[in-house]
Amino acid sequence: MAEQSLALREQFATPEQQRESATLGMWIFIVTEAMLFGATFAAFAGYHHWYPAAFNRGSSEMELTMGAVNTAVLICSSFTMSLAEYFAARGKPRFVWFLVLTALIGMLFLGIKFTEYYMHYKDHKLPGFGFQDSSPQSRQVQLFFFLYFVMTGLHSVHLLIGIVLVLLMLIPALIYIDENYSTPIHNISLYWHFVDVIWVFLYAIFYLPGAHLK
Amino acid sequence: MATHTLPGATTENYLNSEDGILSWLLTTDHKRIALLYTFSITALFFLGGTFALLMRLQLLTPDGALVDLETYNKLFTMHGIIMVWFFLIPSIPNTIGNFVLPMALGAKDLAFPKLNLLSWYIFMLGAAVALYSIFRGGVDTGWTFYTPLSTGYAMGYVVMAAIGVFISGFSSILTGINFIVTIHRMRVPGLTWFRMPIFCWSMYASSLIFVLATPVLAITLVLVSLERIFHIGVFDPAYGGDPLLFQHLFWFYSHPAVYIMVLPAMAVVSEIIPTFSRKPLFGYKAVAYSSMAIAIVGFLVWGHHMFVAGMSVYAAMAFSFLSYMVAIPSAIKVFNWTATMYKGSIELSTPMLYAIGFVGLFTIGGMSGLFLAAIGIDVHVTDTYFVIAHFHYIMVGGSVMAFLGGMHFWWPKISGKMYPEFLGKLSAITVFLGFNLTFFPQFILGYFGMNRRYGSYAPEFQDLNVLSTAGATILGVGYILPLVYLIWSWKYGEPAPDNPWRTTGLEWKTPSPPPKHNFEVTPVVAWKAYDFEAQREELHLG
Amino acid sequence: MIHLIAFSSDISPEYNHFFLLLVIICGTVGTGIAAFLIYCAWRYRRRDPNELPSQIANYIPVEAAWIGIPAIVFIAMFVYGVKLYFDIERPPDNAQVIYVVAKQWMWKLQHVDGTREINELHVPVGQSIELRMISQDVIHSLYVPDFRIKQDVLPGRYTTIWFRATRPGAYHLFCAEYCGTDHSHMGGWVYAMNPIDYSKWVRQGGAEGSLADTGEKLFHQFACANCHHYSGHGRGPNLVELYGRAVRLEGGGTGVADDAYLRQSILAPNARITEGFRRSIMPTFQGQLTEDQVIALIAYIKAVGARPAQSIATESYEPGTAKPAISAAQPAPSADVTKRSGGR
Repeated sequence: MAEQSLALREQFATPEQQRESATLGMWIFIVTEAMLFGATFAAFAGYHHWYPAAFNRGSSEMELTMGAVNTAVLICSSFTMSLAEYFAARGKPRFVWFLVLTALIGMLFLGIKFTEYYMHYKDHKLPGFGFQDSSPQSRQVQLFFFLYFVMTGLHSVHLLIGIVLVLLMLIPALIYIDENYSTPIHNISLYWHFVDVIWVFLYAIFYLPGAHLK
Repeated sequence: MATHTLPGATTENYLNSEDGILSWLLTTDHKRIALLYTFSITALFFLGGTFALLMRLQLLTPDGALVDLETYNKLFTMHGIIMVWFFLIPSIPNTIGNFVLPMALGAKDLAFPKLNLLSWYIFMLGAAVALYSIFRGGVDTGWTFYTPLSTGYAMGYVVMAAIGVFISGFSSILTGINFIVTIHRMRVPGLTWFRMPIFCWSMYASSLIFVLATPVLAITLVLVSLERIFHIGVFDPAYGGDPLLFQHLFWFYSHPAVYIMVLPAMAVVSEIIPTFSRKPLFGYKAVAYSSMAIAIVGFLVWGHHMFVAGMSVYAAMAFSFLSYMVAIPSAIKVFNWTATMYKGSIELSTPMLYAIGFVGLFTIGGMSGLFLAAIGIDVHVTDTYFVIAHFHYIMVGGSVMAFLGGMHFWWPKISGKMYPEFLGKLSAITVFLGFNLTFFPQFILGYFGMNRRYGSYAPEFQDLNVLSTAGATILGVGYILPLVYLIWSWKYGEPAPDNPWRTTGLEWKTPSPPPKHNFEVTPVVAWKAYDFEAQREELHLG
Repeated sequence: MIHLIAFSSDISPEYNHFFLLLVIICGTVGTGIAAFLIYCAWRYRRRDPNELPSQIANYIPVEAAWIGIPAIVFIAMFVYGVKLYFDIERPPDNAQVIYVVAKQWMWKLQHVDGTREINELHVPVGQSIELRMISQDVIHSLYVPDFRIKQDVLPGRYTTIWFRATRPGAYHLFCAEYCGTDHSHMGGWVYAMNPIDYSKWVRQGGAEGSLADTGEKLFHQFACANCHHYSGHGRGPNLVELYGRAVRLEGGGTGVADDAYLRQSILAPNARITEGFRRSIMPTFQGQLTEDQVIALIAYIKAVGARPAQSIATESYEPGTAKPAISAAQPAPSADVTKRSGGR
């Protein structure tokens, strides 16, 4: 199996064609993900325009510090992922450690995120599960939280998939990734960075607007 | 480069190179995957068609005596869901597209063959979930799932049907990625963008829509499902949500989706007409650019489904204007197909009959779109049978006829056999006549004010409904005939030569059926598309 | 009875003429294309199996023509369509308002004089009627084919459509947006009557007080009067002569006290507070009032018109003291601001 994977797949004429095709495919996939998240951002933008007070209030209920920590965590994971790609492209075996580190940091993010979710649940901020808010616009605040859970939840699902893929990547990594063929690492790295970028936008729209109201 | 084989010689080809059910279920050969899809979508087409027949039988009488209203509502919902997502969207791209596209580009396979197989499995999973929702009791929200009806009031297996569609969306996205990368990266030497057959341009444009529009549908269905399950969501006015947001999100996908349904049909017709006129497609560049224009501008017109929905007047104006703009490239294509036949050498073969039928019926359907794009006119005819006639002219008179035409056109290549020509022509004419009898009266019904999604209607509409149902039965016969004789010809048909139509196109330079890897030697292309002149010796013409 | 070429409303002739024009244009082009296809198929049929015809595949002048001419024609259609659309959507100033509440699966129509109709609407010929509509549940759509009007009816906000019947008759009324099981049965009739018959019908109708009367009863039943004093010194804004006026809002900005604003003020009071009043004092009545009741209250507020200064005698309302007279006539047309769709 190693030889077959190392060699050119039969539909391709040259290794360049194979590499360029795989990378183009990943970029197009990332565009589809942008459309997926984009629709939710559009919904958020519309409702934020209609209910600025309610949304600012909801934003003030966010755990600002935890969000900031998470942002730093993910950016670190993008750094370790870049290092993994860097070393893989140069055939240095230590790239495997950086892959593992990336996955672990990703899991740290999820740990903090789910702790946050649990705190929200305890504070009665989970829509549909005993949501309470004392402001007059409590229903629109609930809308804010609904969007929060859906959009960050969607992001967490994507991050989880990314972690799984990175861990699965360890198998070919240990067998046949070398300086001649590191395309899978490059492509998973693109995906990882994209998920990171999405988080930065989520942090900006959910955590920051109400920060001054705390 | 061209390997000529004598018809009848049983050389090794993609059909017999491997045996056993697993060699089909685990294949990565685009040609076998195309056949897997053909089998699936044909079965689903006849299921959706059965629902349509039941609907038309119900509409024979004004008081709808066949089924009760709840059942009727489920029938039209499931008819729509199956026909849109489980037949039309995958039909030409995943059957003819899968088979022909790599060959037309001179390639050995698509860029990602394993992903192609995964697409089929995902499609089958989505279909299974949707079918399960039907057999458990059905959905009655309409294929459009409008809120708040779908999120808060409809009984039935809404979430399950939505999940089935959601899953099948991934199949679309993977196909789109596969096609785009294949067209970008796997053209053989000499095959520049503007030497590609229009088939490839149209597949490319369709694939752009696959990848850009489908994710929006995916998230919209997720939001609907969440709101239905947890009773809180972004579409609920009680929380400050807007039911119109659903419509915007839904139609942002579903309008481009209709171009997914028609661009591949145009792709097929753009190959058939030059072949049976024996001259190049007129205005190649205009048609290529028009395909892209339709895909791009098609993303800007979704609001024309919402003219009476409560949208702002100014938004309505913008969408009306853009809808007229998107009609221009379609008109260009119709004129170009017609001009291709001018001073050609016309053979009215079965595929050509389907293609000419397509041009006529697509034109009628498209022109009825001009009515609908005029906002003032749309007020009266929207949500009536006028709209139903409009989109069936395009999707059935257009896409399904093109699908049948394409199946007949490439049948010799796919199966290595010729279909019986007389039955082919008979079916084409039957379909054409049956179709018009079914759907033309519906334009009139709509103008008179008969609403869509009505299981019982005002008595004055009966005569036209009876005509329509009569047409539907004829149309059904027209569909069953090819099913029978194509299957028959697989075993008993005349063996087919490499290039039975003596046409251009790289796929015709292989044996019928082709070997597993398509081309023994990678072709090098030194001519334009549809260049009969350059290939006249090889084709023994002139 | 469906009228084939209906001329039953103000807008019908304009609509029908444009439709006919489109039929002629499209019919001509379609027939032309079909004829050309058939001509080519016959005239250029293959005579020799090996023949190779002329390979002409371009001709710029013709291509430019069939891009340019359709573009011009389409733009003309667009303009014509917009004009027709504005005529359909913009009610004249003297339109009489009738409120419509749609629910699964019936239409409830309320005349201002209190007459209630279910699935039927009686109107006088020659009178402009504006339908102000809202749904209690899912999206419906009110469609009168003969009048060439249709408008979706939404939950949560008002939508409007207008018409003026020009011919007496009975005209189908349909629900045109799929709304569930009995969607096909959710319909009825619009009866346009000549003025004599109409006044006969009005007299025999069993209206128990006008819509505004109903609203007044609700106004007291739900204790609105406790804060919204007629004197204007209550904890809530003065509602006298409020309808249709510009309102300055807390936090800047202005609004207009139209139906949508009033409905929102009743159901979500803190969304837009009048300047000078405090937040969180007015409770929300969401869930306590049906859409019919909201409409009645709005009709009452609309009808609370001007009266002589001396009748404003009391600081707070006590049953039995003088209260503002309800003007039977509609408020002045300039104040009757009709927004096409409700704002937020």
